Parts: sequence; structure tokens; C-alpha cells
Amino acid sequence: MKIPYYPGCTLHERARDFDVSARECAKALGVELEELPIWTCCGAVFPLVTDSVMDILAGVRNLEYASRIGDKLVTLCSFCYNVLKRTNRVMRDDLEKREKANLFLRADTAAREEVESYTKTDYTGQVEVLHYIEMLRDVVGFDELRKKVENGLGGLNVAPYYGCMLLRPKKEMEFDDPEQPTVFEDLLATLGCDIVDFPMKTECCGGFQIVNDEELAVMCSQNVVSSAIKRNADVIVTTCPLCRYNLDKKQEEMIERVRGFRRIPVIYFTQLLGLALGIDEEHIDFSDNYVDPRPVLAEKSLL
Amino acid sequence: MERRIGVFVCHCGSNIAGVVDVKRVAEELRKYPGVAYSTDYTYMCSDPGQNLVKDAIKKHDLTGVIVAACSPTLHETTFRRAGRAAGVNPYQVEIANIREHCSWVHQGEKEAATEKATRIIKTMVEKAVLDEALDPIAVPMTHRALVVGAGISGIQAALDIANAGYEVIVVEKDPSIGGHMAQLSETFPTLDCSQCIMTPKMVEVSQHPKIKLMTYSEIDDVSGYVGSFKVKIRKKAAYVDRDTCNGCGLCMEKCPAKTPSEFDEGLADRKAIYTPFPQAVPNKPVIDAEHCTYFLKDGKCGICQKICPVDAVDFEQKDEIIEEEVGAIIVATGYDLYPIENMGEYGGGKYEDVITSLQFERMLSASGPTGGEVLRPSDGEVPNEVVFLTCCGSRDPELHMPYCSKVCCMYLTKHAMLYKHKVHDGQAYVFYMDVRTAGKGYEEFYTRAAEEDDVLYVRGKVSKIFEEDGKVMVWGVDTLTGKKVEIAADLVVLGLATVPNVAAKELANKLKIHTDEWGFLAEAHPKLRPVESLSPGFYLAGAAQGPKDIPEAVAQASGAASKVADLFAEEEYHREPIIAVINDDTCAGCKVCVSVCPYDAAEFIEEDGVARIQEAICEGCGACIAACPSGSAQQRNLTDEQLYRMVSAALEG
Repeated sequence: MKIPYYPGCTLHERARDFDVSARECAKALGVELEELPIWTCCGAVFPLVTDSVMDILAGVRNLEYASRIGDKLVTLCSFCYNVLKRTNRVMRDDLEKREKANLFLRADTAAREEVESYTKTDYTGQVEVLHYIEMLRDVVGFDELRKKVENGLGGLNVAPYYGCMLLRPKKEMEFDDPEQPTVFEDLLATLGCDIVDFPMKTECCGGFQIVNDEELAVMCSQNVVSSAIKRNADVIVTTCPLCRYNLDKKQEEMIERVRGFRRIPVIYFTQLLGLALGIDEEHIDFSDNYVDPRPVLAEKSLL
Repeated sequence: MERRIGVFVCHCGSNIAGVVDVKRVAEELRKYPGVAYSTDYTYMCSDPGQNLVKDAIKKHDLTGVIVAACSPTLHETTFRRAGRAAGVNPYQVEIANIREHCSWVHQGEKEAATEKATRIIKTMVEKAVLDEALDPIAVPMTHRALVVGAGISGIQAALDIANAGYEVIVVEKDPSIGGHMAQLSETFPTLDCSQCIMTPKMVEVSQHPKIKLMTYSEIDDVSGYVGSFKVKIRKKAAYVDRDTCNGCGLCMEKCPAKTPSEFDEGLADRKAIYTPFPQAVPNKPVIDAEHCTYFLKDGKCGICQKICPVDAVDFEQKDEIIEEEVGAIIVATGYDLYPIENMGEYGGGKYEDVITSLQFERMLSASGPTGGEVLRPSDGEVPNEVVFLTCCGSRDPELHMPYCSKVCCMYLTKHAMLYKHKVHDGQAYVFYMDVRTAGKGYEEFYTRAAEEDDVLYVRGKVSKIFEEDGKVMVWGVDTLTGKKVEIAADLVVLGLATVPNVAAKELANKLKIHTDEWGFLAEAHPKLRPVESLSPGFYLAGAAQGPKDIPEAVAQASGAASKVADLFAEEEYHREPIIAVINDDTCAGCKVCVSVCPYDAAEFIEEDGVARIQEAICEGCGACIAACPSGSAQQRNLTDEQLYRMVSAALEG
């Protein structure tokens, strides 16, 4: 089964491990993630201005590209997912913006002299934007996934970290309950993990503030990390490259801020999924983690 | 018959005459076809003015009257009465409004105003020429009322009607009457014991010779209209013959099956055969088949049946439908709390020590599951720090309910105060958006809590609640200092929004009465008709109409009861005859009117193949008239022809 796939910029640069592990896992589950033949940045932040379509065009282009090769679009990075899903909603529901955005699309296509291959039908939000977790749940199915698990992850205490962008705003994302989400836990339970329910699983990691106000961002991520450590998590699992960076790399500073700080590895959920599916460690690629997860995984006999 | 219309132009002192040349208007109208007499006078509504109208009717043999004066809302009734006294049918007396619609809005434009006043009157002449003589519609009246719901509002309404001398049927879905008020500990701002002031009223209801009390019963269906409603009441199978039962309680003692008590808000268990609380009225148990071992395990058990000294237990009992006829219905279905599970940010339903305000009430109640002690549900310890949150689900248009639930500020203040009276060295915090204390003695009560009982009021919302190290961590903000606040509490009480009773929406549909978008029953007019529904014969009482405290609920219940007594004062009920009527000869039987009628007044008569309007129900809204493709539906005295002639007169020249 082929499903259009939008990796996004970060997964092609900083978060290659996320991209590679995701593709390998999908393959093991009988899904081929078909990367869009052309794509651009999603826009990174969904614009809050309401009187301009310029700011959503990046997302619209990518969605329109996807519509040429399928009716779904799978993505991984929480930011990309947030922007694409909300942009798609605008294209589906806001007729005025839809019309304007389509005028831009036509101009684009004309400029690239692709008129021949382009059907000239307007983009109306018809593509279904799926997060990889949703793909596992709704396309593959957790029951099917459970059958393919080769190495159950029993004994590993995993703290699932949602962050903000997957869940909010609730009415637009329709991903899960933004206050008490459970889909991540459901996935991890399928892999046999011992789940650590920690109250900071939906708190912000500091996000882009890491560029602007590092002190603030580290405070945020420390709050999340400490909460997971306090509840005896072995690893924190995330879906977002920026969350990963803030929670993992910034432990460097937490060590200096907090006496006796115990480090905790932060990995992508696809890396854990790869372990469970018995994928080669080389494709899971733990080399880019600041806090190396390999010792704890080895201790639990998972490597 | 030739129509002879009389036109009476009022000066209204200088209100009209100061702008409109009334003499000229009267003169102009005298020449208008159909007008037999025209005059003007300083104050037409005065006695001499009315006499002038009466005398002219007799002297000039008038068949219709137009008084050109103020708005019909002021004096239409006055002049109709005068017309009737002189022998003209009241519905052939019309008002032409040349004050609000003309002189008041065209001051300084004498010429144009005079012209406009003339036209307004001519318009009404065109209507009057075709006005039919009508009589109010008389509907027979059954002098018996139905009260749905027996919380404090239903109880008060039933007692008031019964004491006025009329029969009342009270229907309550639960096994006992009393509603939420019976659950409360003490009441603000006087700290009266709720049960102490409630139970005498409950007993009075059960013993009143004019009241027929039907507990554990629901409304199945209502048909008919004001004066003669036919009601089907489902008496749910109690599996106990409650007439034979002597209420000894032996069965409840011996019953082995337990389930969380609704009355104690899940803080304690009750048996499968139960009365909700010891002072229940009637104090006779019912069997909850969903939790009864006998029903769950095919007849294994039946201890209650074996032990009952009067053989009252009957597992074969079935629901029973009882039909009653009533003249008026009071809906007092009350409220529920917004589900605690909806407050995910506060861990509602997830953390044991985050509880609802009604749970806290039960805890404070001397007859409650803890015997009046404040104890944490998780470990039974006395909490040293208790946080109370107002506006949980209220005043939150983004995620929950946009309205203010009105009572939470006060009952949480009471909670904090009572907690301090029981745990002297404990600390109570109240997070608030505004402390709303609009009520007699309420502000003083709040001041007392803050000043004498050291309740700490924090102005700000709480963003997150979670458990840590056996405490309930409360993250909030104090907007007066601009600082984040973190409290390691032992117990958190949520002042959840007040929402209509879950069953109320379905009932409102059955009764065909309107609700607002949240399900609260809609009153006929927000200011001037607050206890009536728009549908005639239905009255509203208590929190079913909107969040209310006890005194307000009682006041509204008494108001509704007096409206019913008002209605019952006449042998027949008289309704305005300005309603729709369908012409049998032209009706094609398309049933469009039946589908658009909001009151179910339009019905289709199968044998004749035509639609008919039921006079006793039609409110004259005009929906069917606009929808009827053949023009067969017409409003009496506002027919298409009349409207056409009126518009032509208004636009003439």
C-alpha cells in the first residue's frame, strides 16, 4: 500500500533518524511512504492573521501536490502536522480563502509551465492529513500492528510526551483530548511497553522560545523531563523534532542547573516502534541522541 | 351589508395635534369610501372621549370603529370594550397608530405628518371594511394541574395550587421527592439545615388531600391543549407494591447487592432495593433491576421477597401507564451538574480527591456518608488545605458553557466556611473570576467568610491540576499580584456549571415547549412573562428555566402556581380568535401547513382530505398562511385581501 508522505525540512536535516526509522517501520508494516515528488516548507507556524491567504500558501501547495498522487497525506513532525491539518481545514471550509488560494496555485503552475500535467481542478481540502500515529491506528490498525511485534518492550518504562502541537487547538486538530489524551498510550501498550502516566505530558517544551529566550525554554523542558524522571521513566518518547531537541539536548544545561540531575534519553516513537518490529539498529539510528538510550535499552535486553 | 365606519382622531393633548393637523385629517377621512362619520377630540381615551365614540356608534349606526391614536398596546382593549358597550363587535374596532408611528417621529414636519396620518387611517379603514365579527374562542377547562418534577420548585408549586383549592398531580422520576435540595447540607446565607426546612414540605405534599403524588414515574406522552391536556404517565416497575409496603426497611438491610448511591453522589453505596435516603417521601423502597441479583442471575436470590413481612415484593411487576387529564402543566425538572469528566485540565473523573460540589455537600451533611466530617475520598484523612474552584465549565464560551451558573460563588463560599467550622486549623482557598453576591445578605455572607473564617480568595483561574506525592497540585494565577500560584492541596472541590437535567430536553420535546440552545426551558418573555412558556398552558419553575438559588426557585414556583390558579379561576378558557383558518373548498391537502406549524395546531383530516386548524391550539403565528401554496390558509381579520387593500391604500397616489 502506497501513502503520500510529507517529511518536512527538519526530517531531511536534523531529524534524519526520525525519517529513516519511520520509513523502515512503515515498510515492515506493509506501507510504502511515497515522498511527495516536489514539496516545500509547510510554513512552520499556522498563521493567526485572518485577512490574508499569503501565509497559508506554503501549506496549500504541499496539500495540492499530495492530492495529485493520493487521497491521504502522512506526516510526522508535530509542527508540520499542525500546519498542514489546519491549512487543509481552511481550504475545506472557508470558501473565500479557498478561491483566492486556488488563484495563486494556478499562477504557480502556469509559471512552471506544468499546465499540461495539471488537471486545473481546484484544491478543495479533499486530502486527509494523517499523523503517522493515526496511520498506525486507522490504516494499519493496532491489532494488526500487535501481530507484527517481534520484540515486546515489556519492562521498559516509557513516558509518552505529546507536547502541544498535536493536540491544540482541539476543534481544529481533532487528534485527541487535549487535556487527557490517550492515543500515544494506546500505541505504546500495543508494543508491550510499561506506560508512565506523567502530568506534564501535555505541557509545552518551550518550543521556538529556545531561539528567543533560552532560559524560559529550558525551564519548560526541565519541568517535563523532571516529571517523567520522578515517575521512574526509562525513556521519554516524542513525536516532534523540536520537542526532542529541547528535551534531549538541553539536558546539558539541566545538569548544571539541578544538583544530582539524572539524565533520561528522549527518543522518537518510531525508534521504539523499530525496536519492537525487530528492525536493524542501523535504521533506527541512535547516534544523534544527546543522552544515549543504548545503555538503558541494553539493560532491559532490548538491544 | 353596507359597512359604516366611524373614524375618531385623537389629539392626545398636543402629542398628536401638535404635529398633525387633526381637523384636516378628520375632514379628509370623512370623504373616504366606507367612512360614515369622522371627528376629532382632545383625549379620546378619557370618559367623555369614550362616550363620544359610543354615542356616535348609536347615532350614526356605525358597524366599525377606527380610533386614530396611540399604539394598540395601550388602548386597544379600552376602545374594544367601549365599542362592545355600544353594540359593535370588539374585533371590528381598530386602532390606527398615528402617535408612535407618526407624530412622535415626524416633529417639525407638519405637512408630511398630516399626510402620513391620513394614509395610516385610510389603511385601517380598508382593513375594517372587511373585518368580521368574531368571538373569543372558549375552551373547556379541567381544573387539575400536573407538576413535573418534585424538587423544591415542584413541591412549592404543587402546594400553592393545592392550597388554592385545585387538584394537583405530582410526577417525580426518582423514588423519592426532594430533588437536589434534599442533598444539601446547609443553605446560604443563613446556614439553615436544608433537610430541616425541606422535609416538612415533602411530608405536606405526600399528605395533602388535593395532591396525588406519583414517584418513580415519568411522562410518556402529552396531547391536547390548554384546559384539557391528556397525559400518559409511566409508573415504573418498582417490584415492590408500595401500597402494601409498610416501610420497615428489613429488605434494605438484608439485600446483598450494592451499587454507588446516586443520592450520596457515589461517595457511599446503596442496596439494589433502596430508598434514596432515610427521610425519603414516600419512605418505601424500589428495586433497581439493573443491580439486583435476582434479575441479574435468573431468580437466584430473592431474599427481600422471603423476608418481607407484608409480602410487598413482586418481581413480576411491570411498568404501568396511567392516563390523566389536566388543565395546566408546570415543568420543574431542575438541573444537573456539568459532567466532571469534561474538566480534563483539572483531572475530573481521574483523581479521587478532585470532587464535585454536590459530593462536598454530601460530605458536609450530618446524615451523609462521612457523618458530616470532611474526609479525603482517597485515604479518609482530614484535608488540611482545600481548594475551591468557581466557574468550572461556566463563563467559558470557548470550551464549555458561556453563561454564569449564578449559585456557585455563594455555595463555594458556604463550603469554604463550613469546612473552616469543621477543620479550624485548615486552610480554604477559593479561586474566582468575580465573586457574584447579588442577593439579600449574600455580600455580607461572603465578607464573613473572608474576614471571620479566613477563607483566602485568589482572583484568577486554575490552569492545571495533577497528583504529586499524595497531594493534589493546583497551578493557578493570582491576577492581582500577577504571580503564578502553586498550591499542594489535599482536596479540590469543583464548582461545576449548572446544566439542565439530562432528561429535560427529551421531556421538552414531548411537551413541545421551547428550550434555549443549552436546554434550559424558554420563558414567554424574558422580563414580563418569566414563569410562562410560549405554549399556552405550560408554566416553568425553578432551575429548569435557568440557574437559580433556592429563594428564586421558590418564588418562581409560587409565581407559576398563581398563574395556574389564575387560569383555573374561570370555568372556560378564552383565547384570542385572531388565528388561522383553512378554506375546505380550496385546500389541496398538501399538508405543508401541518409540517410548518410550530404548535402542532394544523392537522390533516384523512376522511375529508383537507387540513384543519385546531382553534384551541393555534397561536396565530402565520407560518401556515405564508406556506400554503393555494392561499387556503388565512388569518382571521388579516386575510390576503385585507392586506392587499391595506397596502394599496398606503401606497395610493
